[in-house]
Amino acid sequence: MLKILKYSFFDLIRSRWSIIYFLFYLVSGFVLLYLSNDVSKAIVSLMNITFILTPLIGTIFGVMNFYNSREFIELLLAQPIPRKNIFLGMLLGICSSLSLSLFLGMGLPFVFYGILISGKIMSLVILLLSGVFLTCIFTAISFYIALINENRLRGFGMAILFWLFMAFIYDGIFLLLMLFLQEYPIEKFAIAMSLLNPIDLSRIMIMLKLDISALMGYTGAVFSKFFGNNVGMFISITALSIWTIIPSILILRNSSRKDF
Amino acid sequence: MIEIRGIQKNFGKLEVLKGFDFSLSVGKITAILGPNGSGKTTFIKSILGLVIPSAGEIQFEEKSIYKGWNYRKHIGYLPQIARFPENLKVKEIFKLIEDVRGEVGNTEELIDLFDLHEFLNKRLRQLSGGTRQKVNLVLTFMFDCPIYILDEPTSGLDPIALIRLKDLIKEKKSQGKTFLVTTHIMSLVEEIADELIFLLEGQVYFKGTFGEMLWAEKEENLERAIANILEKENAKDS
Repeated sequence: MLKILKYSFFDLIRSRWSIIYFLFYLVSGFVLLYLSNDVSKAIVSLMNITFILTPLIGTIFGVMNFYNSREFIELLLAQPIPRKNIFLGMLLGICSSLSLSLFLGMGLPFVFYGILISGKIMSLVILLLSGVFLTCIFTAISFYIALINENRLRGFGMAILFWLFMAFIYDGIFLLLMLFLQEYPIEKFAIAMSLLNPIDLSRIMIMLKLDISALMGYTGAVFSKFFGNNVGMFISITALSIWTIIPSILILRNSSRKDF
Repeated sequence: MIEIRGIQKNFGKLEVLKGFDFSLSVGKITAILGPNGSGKTTFIKSILGLVIPSAGEIQFEEKSIYKGWNYRKHIGYLPQIARFPENLKVKEIFKLIEDVRGEVGNTEELIDLFDLHEFLNKRLRQLSGGTRQKVNLVLTFMFDCPIYILDEPTSGLDPIALIRLKDLIKEKKSQGKTFLVTTHIMSLVEEIADELIFLLEGQVYFKGTFGEMLWAEKEENLERAIANILEKENAKDS
């Protein structure tokens, strides 16, 4: 698995798109930090970009990489290695190369700004961590969608729709439901709804860390009230891990009996 | 060496392989022929474990191939379409397959044979179709395997590379290697194949030598014999 991971990583990290992705974060990081001159504000602004962009890029890379590697997968499947090593290696290769672009692109501006001595390093760590989670979750889900759809156009469409739903439509529905149900106690319902969307979960995680109550929103406040900041953080990380593991298991299960 | 019994494969309602037996003749070159969609590639992929048959049994050295993946180290496979990770260099793809197999291949000799030296540091996306096919051939033949399975080996090759490929196949055969080859190039079949199987609509329509096929169809060359079979089938259908 590590061998496949290594080559998949090197293949992707050299692609033009990985470099553009890295440069985008690098430029946004520098601009936002030096314009606002405030680490917390820059983190919140970067968070808003990251939580839309990381899942989108993960989705596109996951689908494209699978479809582009179709013939190469056949060659690998004919080699004396188990199937699960091939698919896990490829998936981890995409996740690690995208995560590296994110890490360096977003990390470097903060290091230059002096985050290491500012005492706010943990906020950046949480932002990067949630970015990595979102990358892995959306890459794995789109990889799975590509795996079960022979038709490339349909696979691509479904993956983009899933991203659109999680990034925008879900919050709209959530808000409407809360509006309709405002006369009932809906704390538990709100928590459940947040756990079911990794993007919302990541947002809550950062808000809990930054502890800016004005930006926390209803769900953030509920999380904070119900669990306290530390337990809330732990629950968010656990839920994000489950979100990463489930599509990976689905990929392994489906690929073991698929015809190529 | 490879024994196949009652192999069947359905893709949804489409029956691609309709349950036939086959055993690979050791030390010979067997050509699989048949019109497009007759099941040639599905058949080959079933042997490699890429396609999982709906019914039937495939054995390698008297063991079911579904009991492990290790048998594949005895097979060199040339896929029909040569596409590789775009940003890797040619020499890196050779290294990758060596790493995956955990063996060192005789790449140098094959790189010489197919004149690939100037391409070793090029990325795979920069290569022409023919050059990619040469890379594909190196990947197939770089390990010393008792069996080679080639799916359309000649596609995109120039005449020089084609001659070298034929010589390479003949040389390997003289060392006792077994080949299973699909192709639409009849001259290649006439030149190298010892045995033919002709697949038609998921069944083995004919199995035997080249001469036997010509005799059975009362024709002088393979192309005409095959055209004859297809015309007869079409007449039956209509």
